[in-house]
Amino acid sequence: MTARTIHFTLNGAPVTADIKPHHNLVELLQTHFGLTGARESCGQGLCGCCTVLVDGRAVSGCLFLAVRIDGTEVVTIEGLDAGGKLNPMQEAFVETGAFQCGYCTPGFILMANQLLDAHPDPDDDQIRHYLSGNLCRCAAYPQIIDAVKLAAKKRKTIAA
Amino acid sequence: MSIIMDVMKTAVRLAPGSWLPGGTPDPLMNKHGLIGKPASRIDGPLKVQGKARFAAEVSLPGLVYASLLYSTIARGRIATLETAEAEAAPGVALVMTYRNAPRMAPPPLMMSAPKAAGASGLPIMQDAEIRWNGQPVALVLAQTQEQADHAVSLIRVTYAVAPAVTSFDAAKAKARTPENILGEPSSIEIGDAEKALKDAAFKVDLIYRTPRHNHNAIELHAATVAWNGDQLTVHDATQMVNGTAWTLAQVFGVKEEQVRVLSPYVGGGFGGKGLGDHQILAIAASRLSGRPVRILLSREGVYRVVGGRTTTEQRVALGAKPDGTLAALIHTGVAATPTRNVCPEQFSFPARHLYAANAIKVAQQVTDMDMLANIFMRAPGESVGTYALECAIDELAEAMQLDPIELRRRIEPEKDPTSGTPFSSRHLVEAYRHGAERFGWDRRDPTPRSRREGEWLIGMGCATATYPYYRMPGGAARIRLTADGRAIVQMASHEMGMGTATVQAQHAAERLGLEYEKVSFEYGDTSLPSGTLAGGSSQTASIAAAIIAVSEVLTKELLKLAGNDSPLAGLKPDEVEARDGGLCHVDEPGRFESYVSILKRAHRDELVCEAEAPQPFEMWKYSMHSYGAQFCEVRVNAVTGEIRVSRFLGSFDCGRILNAKTATSQFKGGIIMGLGLALSEETLFDERSGRIMNPSLAEYHVPVHMDVPAIEVIWTDIPDPHSPLGAHGIGEIGITGVGAAVANAVYNATGKRIRELPITLDKLL
Repeated sequence: MTARTIHFTLNGAPVTADIKPHHNLVELLQTHFGLTGARESCGQGLCGCCTVLVDGRAVSGCLFLAVRIDGTEVVTIEGLDAGGKLNPMQEAFVETGAFQCGYCTPGFILMANQLLDAHPDPDDDQIRHYLSGNLCRCAAYPQIIDAVKLAAKKRKTIAA
Repeated sequence: MSIIMDVMKTAVRLAPGSWLPGGTPDPLMNKHGLIGKPASRIDGPLKVQGKARFAAEVSLPGLVYASLLYSTIARGRIATLETAEAEAAPGVALVMTYRNAPRMAPPPLMMSAPKAAGASGLPIMQDAEIRWNGQPVALVLAQTQEQADHAVSLIRVTYAVAPAVTSFDAAKAKARTPENILGEPSSIEIGDAEKALKDAAFKVDLIYRTPRHNHNAIELHAATVAWNGDQLTVHDATQMVNGTAWTLAQVFGVKEEQVRVLSPYVGGGFGGKGLGDHQILAIAASRLSGRPVRILLSREGVYRVVGGRTTTEQRVALGAKPDGTLAALIHTGVAATPTRNVCPEQFSFPARHLYAANAIKVAQQVTDMDMLANIFMRAPGESVGTYALECAIDELAEAMQLDPIELRRRIEPEKDPTSGTPFSSRHLVEAYRHGAERFGWDRRDPTPRSRREGEWLIGMGCATATYPYYRMPGGAARIRLTADGRAIVQMASHEMGMGTATVQAQHAAERLGLEYEKVSFEYGDTSLPSGTLAGGSSQTASIAAAIIAVSEVLTKELLKLAGNDSPLAGLKPDEVEARDGGLCHVDEPGRFESYVSILKRAHRDELVCEAEAPQPFEMWKYSMHSYGAQFCEVRVNAVTGEIRVSRFLGSFDCGRILNAKTATSQFKGGIIMGLGLALSEETLFDERSGRIMNPSLAEYHVPVHMDVPAIEVIWTDIPDPHSPLGAHGIGEIGITGVGAAVANAVYNATGKRIRELPITLDKLL
């Protein structure tokens, strides 16, 4: 299959990559850019472990064709902190203990940020519903609810 | 060997407790400083940034990628094997089959030697034999994963099929009693339990069935491996770095010290991250090709080559006297196993230690099936054994018109019912009392179907959680005390998310009288002093015992180093204690010198000490277990049969809790995996072909966020005077008892006893 060149913004920096039309976003990030925070686990788009933001929208990188990011802005977990200063959601995950092994955590954090963008003050059921597409086998689900609520507070403090 | 062991065990049991290592309670057991604090995970910031590098994320120059081809029959021989097309495919560096694989010894079977880690002990890709459906028959290495996967699809295999035993029903008919179950007797009989049952005033005699389960850690099994001459480096995802290194040395005919295994982060283990065929095949292919190799199994691949919990059929029969004590306790049954395997799903273990009865019979059998070797999965045995036992207790209580908690109170034993040894620490009745109060157990109506809200039937159930205390022998720890007053503690142990490094840093800081920030814990690398495996909820106590041992050595060495010019001059190790970054006289706080000062005067950059933990004799002297009382409220839809767990509470008795934050997470995580066991999880095994039919997260249903209700966990926090720090491991206790608590609640809601897991809605309609 013929290679093609795509141009996009990756964590704020303009980049270029030569890819094949069937490559997915996880492969692109791992092989071309050495970014391993988006990880394939189920390979079926149902576990959320490979979540990446494309133009601000959370997508499953294992099912998202890399050609489709041509001309977009891509943000991965590696681009969430501001020069080492953790994003409020990252801080909240650490403080509430919202993970054990940490393997699925990048996907959760990106999806939880999108949740707060849509619902700045979510209740428990909204959080459960919104994040049911992300699997955590260590099952830190209860603490993830705490983390999202704490992050909501942190966001408000920053805004105020 | 076993006679010597028996004599030693008897000697230990008869010896006064104070003679044993750890015979006097750990002084830190009751100290409230760093121990117990809800410290946040040390590796937290790295993990939330996606910067923790897991086994498949280590990059090496010249790396090639592996892909596996799996057999599609359960028993037989490879008849034809065409690999030419795959060899000619783009990017391919190697096609390995039994024809060209290096000669390798079978991995020594777990428990056959102290560091043996083999799951099945079968030869790996050494001949044309097929022994289970899913066995790897070829491996391809290529420049990219995509090329390797493509080339594998070009290999053509045909088989000469042989008859296979893949039906559990057929295998059960020929079940056999193994020599032992993980070193414990396969069967125990005290009195004539069958007769006592027959004569009992109240009785239940029931069969329970539990299915196969898979761990489904979110991180797929992976290794990145490289040879440098006869030096092998393995970046692995494992719960047993030292066991892996030793076993690989046997397989490849090199020395243990020539193998270095690193595993700083493991993306979930639950018992499933050990040494399997995939690492061995990747290492063999690396040797054959001369290239570093990455193997990352697909989700289906994990199901094909990494076993899980096996299916069981269990009989529980209980006979009670009118006063509510047990005349007979019978727990027998069979677990599906292949011929060579050490994971018999020890479901009969809880009944050996939990309740008093005049006559007891426990017996466990195994089968000889042609199937993938089972691998330990979270609370192997206890998770499904408590389902059967604790459902039967509930059924007996109902037959006696007795509250099930009251029944358990009446059969609470004074000493271990089968070994006769004293309990080191057992507060199950207390855990029930606290739990019942907090949960509102008094609001439960014992009559089924008595609470209804619209279409929803509501019920409550409870069950006992139990898991043994284990401490593994053989671990050693090193402390590097540096001139700036920092301590680096090193031991080749594991972090699958339990909080190992965090908790042991808290421990070492308290032990050495240092600030938490001045202590770090290094682990996950066989170049460090040898650790023990992370399994059987043993690691916390095993590491803690080694840290205690090395701290004692460090104190002696510091006193020597301090010499005659120190305020500590002339003091013996038992006359000093660690405090404020130094040592001081126990009774004269003024006689103090800091570590910085001692090292400076001695012109030392650092003081390095190492020591091995004493043998875990406490396990022989005492019956040591963790306990819990699990409480569940369910809502069952009367029309559709849909089951929703609406509330859950776990009340635990697990010795001293070392970190409230990580412990809460472990308890709740265990309970949630237990909810999966109760309601949705099942590995579907085709009894005709021996093939696993649902090797994906789409068809194997692990709990998701919407399945998880509000969960509360509480604990007694009573230290065990015979364990390091007064603590027990807590990784497994959470899952135990959950299946029964849910089943008992479902009965209370609906009046239906479901004696086969998972409790799906079709079983309620």
